[in-house]
Amino acid sequence: MKDYTRRRILRGMLGGTAVTVALPMLNCFLNSNGTALASGEAMPVRFGTWGWGLGMNKSIFVPKQTGAHYELPEEIQALKPIQQHINLFTNFNTFKDGAPLMCHHTGWVILRTGIAPTQAQVRPGETIDVTVAKRIGNTTRFQTLSATATGDVRDSYSYENANSINAPEFSPIRFYQRLFGPDYQDPNAPEFKPNPRAMVRKSVLSGVLDETKELSKMAGAEDKARLDQYFTGLRDLEKQFDIQLTKPKPLAACHAVKAPKDEPKAGLDATLVAERHRVMTDLMVMAVACDQTRVFNMAYAGETAATSKPGYEKPHHTATHEEPTHPELGYQEQVSWFTRRAMESWAYYVDALSKVKEGDGTLLDNCLVYALSDISYAKIHSLDGIPMFTAGRAGGKIKTGLHIDGNNGPGTRLGYTAMKLMGVDVPSWGSQSNTTSKEIGEILV
Amino acid sequence: MMLPRLRSPAGTVLALMTGLALAGCTASDSTVASKSPAVAQALPTELLTASSTPRRRLMTGQQYLNTIAYIFGNDIAVISPFAPLQRTEGLLALGAFSAGVPSGELQQFQRAATTVASQVVDDGNLELSVPSHRDSLIPCKPVDAKKADAACAAKFLKATGRLLYRHPLSEAKLASLVDTAGKAADQLGDFYGGLSSVLEGTLISPDVLFVNDRSEPDPKRPGRQRLDAYSLAARLSFFLWNAAPDDKLLKAAESGELYTDKGRARVVEMMLASPRLEAGVRAFFDDMLGFDAFNNLAKDAAVYPAETGTTLTDAREQTLRTIYDHLITKNRDYRDLFTTRDTFMSPTLGAIYHVPTTPGWMPYTFPEGSPRVGLLTQVSFLAVHAHPGRSSATRRGKALRELLLCQPVPLPPPNVDFSLVEDAKAVFKTARERVTAHLQNPVCAGCHRITDPMGLALENFDGAGQFRATERDTPIDATGSLDGTAFKDVVGLAETLRNHPALTSCLAKRVYSYGLGGPLSMADKPELDYLNERFAQHGYKLTDLLRAIVLSPAFSDVTVPEAPAVKSAAASTAHGTEVQ
Repeated sequence: MKDYTRRRILRGMLGGTAVTVALPMLNCFLNSNGTALASGEAMPVRFGTWGWGLGMNKSIFVPKQTGAHYELPEEIQALKPIQQHINLFTNFNTFKDGAPLMCHHTGWVILRTGIAPTQAQVRPGETIDVTVAKRIGNTTRFQTLSATATGDVRDSYSYENANSINAPEFSPIRFYQRLFGPDYQDPNAPEFKPNPRAMVRKSVLSGVLDETKELSKMAGAEDKARLDQYFTGLRDLEKQFDIQLTKPKPLAACHAVKAPKDEPKAGLDATLVAERHRVMTDLMVMAVACDQTRVFNMAYAGETAATSKPGYEKPHHTATHEEPTHPELGYQEQVSWFTRRAMESWAYYVDALSKVKEGDGTLLDNCLVYALSDISYAKIHSLDGIPMFTAGRAGGKIKTGLHIDGNNGPGTRLGYTAMKLMGVDVPSWGSQSNTTSKEIGEILV
Repeated sequence: MMLPRLRSPAGTVLALMTGLALAGCTASDSTVASKSPAVAQALPTELLTASSTPRRRLMTGQQYLNTIAYIFGNDIAVISPFAPLQRTEGLLALGAFSAGVPSGELQQFQRAATTVASQVVDDGNLELSVPSHRDSLIPCKPVDAKKADAACAAKFLKATGRLLYRHPLSEAKLASLVDTAGKAADQLGDFYGGLSSVLEGTLISPDVLFVNDRSEPDPKRPGRQRLDAYSLAARLSFFLWNAAPDDKLLKAAESGELYTDKGRARVVEMMLASPRLEAGVRAFFDDMLGFDAFNNLAKDAAVYPAETGTTLTDAREQTLRTIYDHLITKNRDYRDLFTTRDTFMSPTLGAIYHVPTTPGWMPYTFPEGSPRVGLLTQVSFLAVHAHPGRSSATRRGKALRELLLCQPVPLPPPNVDFSLVEDAKAVFKTARERVTAHLQNPVCAGCHRITDPMGLALENFDGAGQFRATERDTPIDATGSLDGTAFKDVVGLAETLRNHPALTSCLAKRVYSYGLGGPLSMADKPELDYLNERFAQHGYKLTDLLRAIVLSPAFSDVTVPEAPAVKSAAASTAHGTEVQ
């Protein structure tokens, strides 16, 4: 066993070699090779999501081969540099059952909640990131963080219930301030002085908690739920103050980030979106590396993506419906142009996580990022085969570099697998035809 | 004074004040006093017993900012920590009645609270010429700035707490805050630090950030409930000023004046005459017109190089200025907003409208014969409801229906066959040719017939709102129709919209639900019928509509949903009973 190092195993994975590593063994390596935290604890495993809009052109997106070493079709050529870090999942289904098809809403809601929504404004259940955050997000400054590359605060893929949407960070300057502003405690600072304000804030909070309880006593059922949620939020705030009073553990991967100077211009021109995505990604990656959060969401586009191409009159969504299929190419050329831009940003995202060294590996090795679109073939609002990815190895628990064919099974299997990997112990996930209790075994180590 | 007579839907003859008379009134007690009882007595019976639902609304981001600015001054810099609301029945504000606060948002509230509180107690910087806020905002000085000072803390917290909580603090509450501030001051060795910590706490209190309607038994009508005076003050203030009540309004609540006919009328006139009405009116129309879209709006610079971010910011401002000037300053007919040629112009907008300008904003009137006629032809409406690089007759028609006429347009079906519009061989020179293709498909035609015929009349304006006579060298045909009335161009559209019966009833419905803070139900129909009739009778003046709403019994009387089975005596507050 001594002959195996984490690096060697990972190298084996990079080469696509089928290496099976049981979890306890990996943890053992981590500890014996200095890849654990200074306290001796194992590296935390983090969960991320990434969303892009309007699916794919199947003929040039879905690889012909499954398993490892698949050839990247032209629409996802940009993923070449990160192919070894990701898995691609195609031919998985989402089922609306008796619910109406609400174009660009139904698909992503099913894949993030397990439940088909019945109306556009209705958001059933909580999204998967919230579920996971309840399990792994309680010890960090932020339970979850969300950001969008669209600059639009309304573009969120994360919510607690129909009326409680986790608004994404949309401005790099504001995001930086929230992360690394005055409340930030550098885990690698030579000295730690607990902020006396945090203690005082805790005492003040007890009065606010009392007020909330009083209000809740006489509230009707719906309002009581809102006040209970508020109460929970105050409790979470209390935990934040406790965290501020505790010396953070040093993190070699955590480095200072430059404060963004200017806000990117407004608009959804693909170049601007890519730039905004880059800046927000860099901030998010360092937020994760500095253990400010263990659950993080990024939206490249909102549902019904309206990304635009300079000089081309149809934004992405309009193009999916109005652009003719190219008679020779056999697909919508401009639509594919938009999808390729999204894939470039996905590649940037994965690469950014992989560039941060953490212990003997990288930050990405200790993450599981679940990426998905809202639809499969946008032109006809098809929910069949919505493309999905994972990136990272979830602390060595999954293999990467694979293309998995779902054989028309429920797409919720991937979310379910992710939850199980994150320690959410549920016997099944989803409702009606989207119910699953079957993990995607092909990717599990 | 002769009072005009108005027949109610039920046929009751009503004697009412003229909106004009009151709009010009200076709110002297004697004037109002002579009229108010007439209003109450003149209402049809069903309206005398009408009521609304007490609600718990989350403050909106702008209400929070306005309130902070009123209490602590405009120079307290803070960014709204509120997540966007979900548009409900046409208004974002109505989403506030069901909005919850996830933990992440509460953290943002805390950050904003810290930002505000630290500025309120800051000592300024003489070298940098930064004024000391504590000198102006804290009405006393502690004996020793490094220690607790209960008397000074109490003075500040009593006054500030009253404005933040929108009612006087109970003695117990004040004592608790002072005690906490004292302990914090001793712990930090800083009186002001202690004070700001407590201020932070109040700024994240659910009793501050949620507007909680509280009710009390109505002494005049046994067995019925009304809002308590503080809740009524808050409802008035958030509606008309888009901010929490000010000192005068709270005094009117404290003294009981708000619940006398004379007093309530006096307060309403004071509020309608206040410069703060502008913030309220602008907030409503910004919401109703969907102007939140401007926050992220951008045009394709390759297609519309003249339309920059500044142009779009000014376009939003232009419309809001036009509305306020027309409806409040000049007290004109709401319908004429859609045919008026009066507006305001900035240099940036001048480049889009091709009119000469001077620095700053200036009143501007488009000449007779100009295609710029009314709100629909302003850059704001035209640009928001278009694509980044082209116009959209469908989006404009849909917006006209949904925003201005309260007529929801069905969502497009998921199984649309786009083969006609995507035919590579077909050449659509104009938008009309393209959307006409939709009409050949029965699945598409159902909705496009609802939106396109009036949207096409705006085709003389491109996606940036600039005038054009041709598209791809083809003359634009701007004929159209709206609910059976045909017209040959945008001037005809403007006139038809102006005279459309749903235009005014839609406004009344939106304003009423906005005032009550939640969606309406069938139970509100008699009140709406009354408001519509009165709105018409008084020449569709917004001020009169606002007055009618806030003076109506339904604005203050509430029907309390059944309370939970178990009640706690401790839950009763000093100023009323908490209800749903």
